[in-house]
Amino acid sequence: MSSHLTVDPIVCDGHGICAELLPEHITLDDWGFPIINPAAIPGHRLADARRAVKHCPVLALRLRQATSPPDGVAK
Amino acid sequence: MTATATRAPVITTTPGATLPRLLADGPDLRAHVARHGPLPPTSSGLLMSLEQAGLKGRGGAAFCTARKVTSVATAGGETVVVANGSEGEPLSAKDKVLLTKAPHLVLDGLALAADLVGADRRILCIERGNPVVEGAVRRALSERGESGAELFTTPRRYLSGQENALVDLINGGRGKPALDRPFVRGVDGRPTLVDNVETLAHLALIARYGPRWYREVGTAEDPGTTLVTVAGSVSRPGVFEVAHGWHLEELLAHAGSCKPRAVLLGGYYGRWAGAGKLSELRLDSASLRREGLSLGCGVIAVLDDATCAVAEMARVATWFAANSAGQCGACTWGLRDLAHTTSALGADGPDSQSPGRLMRWANMIDGRGACRLPDGAVAFLRTALEVFADEVQEHLEGGCSRARRHLLPTPAPEPWV
Ligand SMILES: Cc1cc2nc3c(=O)[nH]c(=O)nc-3n(C[C@H](O)[C@H](O)[C@H](O)COP(=O)(O)O)c2cc1C
Ligand code: SF4
Ligand code: SF4
Repeated sequence: MSSHLTVDPIVCDGHGICAELLPEHITLDDWGFPIINPAAIPGHRLADARRAVKHCPVLALRLRQATSPPDGVAK
Repeated sequence: MTATATRAPVITTTPGATLPRLLADGPDLRAHVARHGPLPPTSSGLLMSLEQAGLKGRGGAAFCTARKVTSVATAGGETVVVANGSEGEPLSAKDKVLLTKAPHLVLDGLALAADLVGADRRILCIERGNPVVEGAVRRALSERGESGAELFTTPRRYLSGQENALVDLINGGRGKPALDRPFVRGVDGRPTLVDNVETLAHLALIARYGPRWYREVGTAEDPGTTLVTVAGSVSRPGVFEVAHGWHLEELLAHAGSCKPRAVLLGGYYGRWAGAGKLSELRLDSASLRREGLSLGCGVIAVLDDATCAVAEMARVATWFAANSAGQCGACTWGLRDLAHTTSALGADGPDSQSPGRLMRWANMIDGRGACRLPDGAVAFLRTALEVFADEVQEHLEGGCSRARRHLLPTPAPEPWV
């Protein structure tokens, strides 16, 4: 089991707060929307990942437990 | 419907097997029963037959039908089956022709699929505003005298046929995709099997004649026949029923193709293949996969040497942007910018940075929507930039003398209400 971030692209409105809080895992595209690195979040960054999830104003960001990595888009 | 003509060449890969299978039917119930006999009751072995027949979905993604059926059947509770005949690909006519010529095969398949997943609602969806198709379907429903299948008509938009959007429409929404997968939570919030109408027609044949018969034509990986729509620079466009594994060039000759410069396989959701590759290609996934291609929804569009490809690319890119549901950032803004930049490439004084920028954006957008609509735009543009690289260079150097022809139709989507 590992933890991965996913985003619901319908709900996300591109505030970009998540990318500021977790730049190693979330970058912004040319339009300001987050590109999520589908790789597992290492243990020492889990607290930061949870903080990013909590600070997303529209609750678009999620932390998921997965045996195989999702593609970064919540589906 | 862009192509209404129906030609079904009789081609076989096994002696004694005759084609067409789907398009020789009906359209009326008496002719249908005379040819195929009455609908057999759903036996306990049908799912096994379906699996052995190796049927794959004909809506574009070629997913294993038996697996989809199983996941809905085992989801528990009351379920729903949707026959997807919305066919929003502008060049595709195969579902319209099938529903007009063999509506009873589709309705048989819908009834069988409903039995397989234990559904108590069956819904046949077609795009509204096509009196020929709607008339044929209504006639077939009344001939059967059954109240079981509901007819649902969808707005004239590409996205109406996307399964999440279709479920949203049936549930009374505007037809914008939600993230929920239909087989988990679909119509009325229940597990829903969404199958293309051609897939269901094949199911009706498999139930009657069995998997061995089904495999008498086609290839091991892609058994049976498939409906294709041939369009573009051909003198005899139309819908053909072909055995999987047939040579693409033979089909193109049947359709009266010019000497193609390139062929678009799978419709606007598909990919371009340059002329140099065509002689290798057969109409089955193993052959197409080697070249990074697939048959998709079965649209095969030919582009000739005299038509400006960049102008066609620009119109299709603009069409994709107009068809976005405007919900996801990368799709809404990404497709808009792809459209603007592709259009600028075809206009006076194009920017030499444009092809590189388009590729970068394509990579950035791919896979980032809630549905796969943007992925279609990305595949179309990436392969177009590759296959038409020489012409793109001509545009950048100030001159492409080819005609701007509007070969690929780009109907405006019905507005969202
Ligand atoms: C943008 C978009 C448009 C689609 N349009 C259609 C359509 O018009 N008809 C169709 O059968 N499937 C369409 N699909 C595929 C459906 O979502 C779904 O996969 C299909 O109906 C499943 O049937 P099958 O398993 O029998 O192929 C579309 C998919 C996308 C992403
Ligand atoms: S913080 Fe939330 S809304 Fe803002 S970009 Fe990140 S996921 Fe989207
Ligand atoms: S990817 Fe595009 S078309 Fe699909 S749901 Fe998102 S905005 Fe709508």
